[in-house]
Amino acid sequence: MARLVFLGRLEDVAGAPELACPLAEPTALVDLLLMLPPTLAEALQGPRVRLALNGTVAESAGLVVTDGDELAFLPPVSGG
Amino acid sequence: MGSDVRLVLGPFDPGAEVAAFAEKYPAAGGVVSFLGQVRAGDGVEALELRHYDPLTMPGMEALAREVESRWALDGLLILHRSGEMRPGEPIVLVCAASRHRRDAFAAADFAMDHLKSDSWFWKRERVNGEWRWIEPREQDHADLARWA
Repeated sequence: MARLVFLGRLEDVAGAPELACPLAEPTALVDLLLMLPPTLAEALQGPRVRLALNGTVAESAGLVVTDGDELAFLPPVSGG
Repeated sequence: MGSDVRLVLGPFDPGAEVAAFAEKYPAAGGVVSFLGQVRAGDGVEALELRHYDPLTMPGMEALAREVESRWALDGLLILHRSGEMRPGEPIVLVCAASRHRRDAFAAADFAMDHLKSDSWFWKRERVNGEWRWIEPREQDHADLARWA
């Protein structure tokens, strides 16, 4: 099971702040996205969405998600 | 110097924080503080700041180290709220203490520009009972680019 975390407006698209994703084996991000509803998968691949794998910012290219991982999707930030 | 970096989940008293900060650094000739608060008006009923635990606090600490490396400061305070706030409530407080005022002004300015558009926070506001996410403004990115 991998945990997908959706920050900001992506939470609204997903309909929940988190989603548990059953993974039988290490799965490439592109394949993982195919398991999700198309509108969500599209939003998660937005050009300004960044990723964090297990708390560290990661590049999407070549990313592989394994059982027990936490993958966060981070849209543009706005603080202060 | 010591930095005091805090992610705060409930209301804080900016006046008391500034007073305590200034008292800690009697050798500093200047203390600059910036307080950001929820803007009242435009029908905004509430503002919510969200953060992501694994990134937000480590990011704020890295920002403090960057500020320390750029300016000669006696002390630095970065305090940022997360959670739901009402109009007029404080969101963020930055204080910088230095021997001479210019360093403190610049350090606080730099820290704020980075908290606005380069820190791990997401913001939404409630207008007429409806929440909507707030994207960073172009001006925020332009402000940030001044330091590149």
